[in-house]
Amino acid sequence: MTSLRDLVQEARATSDYRALIEAIPYARFLGFSFEPREGELLGRMAFAQHVVGNARVGALHGGALGALMELTGAFAVLHEAEALTVPKTINITVEYLRQAHFEDTYCRAELVRKGRRVVNVRLTAWQSDEKKPVTAAVAHYLIDPGETTAG
Amino acid sequence: MSDPQRAAFLAMVQKHLVDTVPHNHAIGMKLVELGVDSCRFTIPYSETLVGNPETGVMHGGVITAFIDAACGAAVIAALKGLRRVATLDLRIDYMRPAAPRREITCHARCYRLTKNVAFTRAEAYLDTPEELVATAAGTFAIFDEPATARKEAQK
Repeated sequence: MTSLRDLVQEARATSDYRALIEAIPYARFLGFSFEPREGELLGRMAFAQHVVGNARVGALHGGALGALMELTGAFAVLHEAEALTVPKTINITVEYLRQAHFEDTYCRAELVRKGRRVVNVRLTAWQSDEKKPVTAAVAHYLIDPGETTAG
Repeated sequence: MSDPQRAAFLAMVQKHLVDTVPHNHAIGMKLVELGVDSCRFTIPYSETLVGNPETGVMHGGVITAFIDAACGAAVIAALKGLRRVATLDLRIDYMRPAAPRREITCHARCYRLTKNVAFTRAEAYLDTPEELVATAAGTFAIFDEPATARKEAQK
């Protein structure tokens, strides 16, 4: 079996995260995909019945949206911060702006400050209209400075 | 509320907030205790929710969804009835990773309830509150309509 470290290295080198996501049960459960391109760090959660929060009003679950943001942030840190271990979430603050409908949800990550140990990430999620975000978040991730590719 | 009334309310909250909420049901939430302004839920360990296949620990996102739902339930408990509530914001601090193959408990409390907004705090832990996995603070908007009446109200 390929180790997680190899999968991380492979994914970062090729920007193809499918094999790594396949190895993480929760990312599969969430229908998560991650496609970094041209400096954009973009995550996506496919619509599925089990991420529904309120079937009556047609809304996705706030927790699933939080999880999408947390995962996108972690993958963005993994992609940019050169650490080979999976980043640990220190904290996340999610703001709920609009109801999320029964559609795929996209999430963009922006690494605001990349420290040696701590990375600050800003996240925005939307559905059909990027100008109408459904959630926003700020999160901190811990990376292991001893585990970088450079070191 | 008398004991039978409380038991009936607990069953109703379990049905309304877990059994009919696909995502809460998918992560295996179970309501074990409902206080006047608080609640306690558990989720079992699940292989499908693992975030790190090398350690077998469930992903933080599971905790996020769990705490969000528990805080919402604490607001329902404080309101003493089913009303529609929506999360405004939720901050979660991860103290330590959850342990593999162990259930997680979340205790949430609504410590201030106003006409339109509710303030909550929550802790997620393993067997005892000393084995803290995460702490959280969430605020919720409270809507006038009952939880089931929205579609009718929109017509």
